[in-house]
Amino acid sequence: MVFGRSERRRKQDAPDPVTLKILVAGGFGVGKTTLVGAVSEIKPLRTEERLTEAGRPVDDLAGVEGKKTTTVAMDFGRITLREDLVLYLFGTPGQDRFWFLWDELARGALGSVVLADTRRLEDSFAAIDYFERRGIPFMVAVNCFDGAERYPAETVRDALDLDPEVPVMLCDAREKDSAKDVLIAVVEHAMHVSARRREPALP
Amino acid sequence: MTTDGPTGPGQGHARWYDDEAGPVVRPYAMTRGRTSTEAEPRLDLIALVIAEDRHGEPLDDQTLSPEHVDIVGLCRDAPLSVAELAAELDLPLGVVRVLIGDLLDAELVHVSRPVPPAELPDEQILREVIDGLRAL
Repeated sequence: MVFGRSERRRKQDAPDPVTLKILVAGGFGVGKTTLVGAVSEIKPLRTEERLTEAGRPVDDLAGVEGKKTTTVAMDFGRITLREDLVLYLFGTPGQDRFWFLWDELARGALGSVVLADTRRLEDSFAAIDYFERRGIPFMVAVNCFDGAERYPAETVRDALDLDPEVPVMLCDAREKDSAKDVLIAVVEHAMHVSARRREPALP
Repeated sequence: MTTDGPTGPGQGHARWYDDEAGPVVRPYAMTRGRTSTEAEPRLDLIALVIAEDRHGEPLDDQTLSPEHVDIVGLCRDAPLSVAELAAELDLPLGVVRVLIGDLLDAELVHVSRPVPPAELPDEQILREVIDGLRAL
């Protein structure tokens, strides 16, 4: 595992770095980990949470009464922007039923990217709903798979019934520059959203 | 998984748990069965764990497990997030949080304060993030 330790060795008494996170959501196989890997300075890492406690919303395990456990994996990457500013990218678990894990991931996130595949747009509905309901700034990035038909961003916006201010862009999750553009777009969008929220409400 | 103690496989009918229980029980043996820590609210996935500077003095605390020592070692040169520690040690997040809680109690590490969850980070920081991303 490459942690690039030598470059990251810090001076004593330096202030603790600020950490931020962006979520990368979307259906199974849409390229979430690919996008994280395209910009991360480390090979995407995997962290796991085991679901064992009674009362967790794992209704599909009903009847086996805790004998079976489920492991939910989250892939994530890191970008050290400066010695004191680190951005983490977290791919959300593909399975929609792990909503409570999404809550943990979304807590304190500056924004989210919903990756979409035009051949299976419906796979991104759950993530879009989730971020809309919680007021988390998000954008939609259409991952242009080889061989999939290209549609203009506006067509995708209409198909997903998105609010006009939600950015939609086409991307190639494998390309670093493309992934970078997506991340810049989501941070810019988060800035607009937070500026608007700070404005006093009109009488 | 390294804990292959007296209740490990090969104990035949002496086993009191079924096969499915194995992977669940073992990591929590490191936490002596504890599944949560008081420090939990501070241990966000991206909270950074930073080893306290002990001037290279070795850790000889007998109450520490090898996993505790590993965590301190990993955070010594550079701070690592809770998520990175879990990935690096290949342990579930819940287990790592309990272990970090012990190290906080022992004042061997401290944890960075993440941006308060209810607010978006301020505009200046977001601008710095954009500049940083452009420069990649």
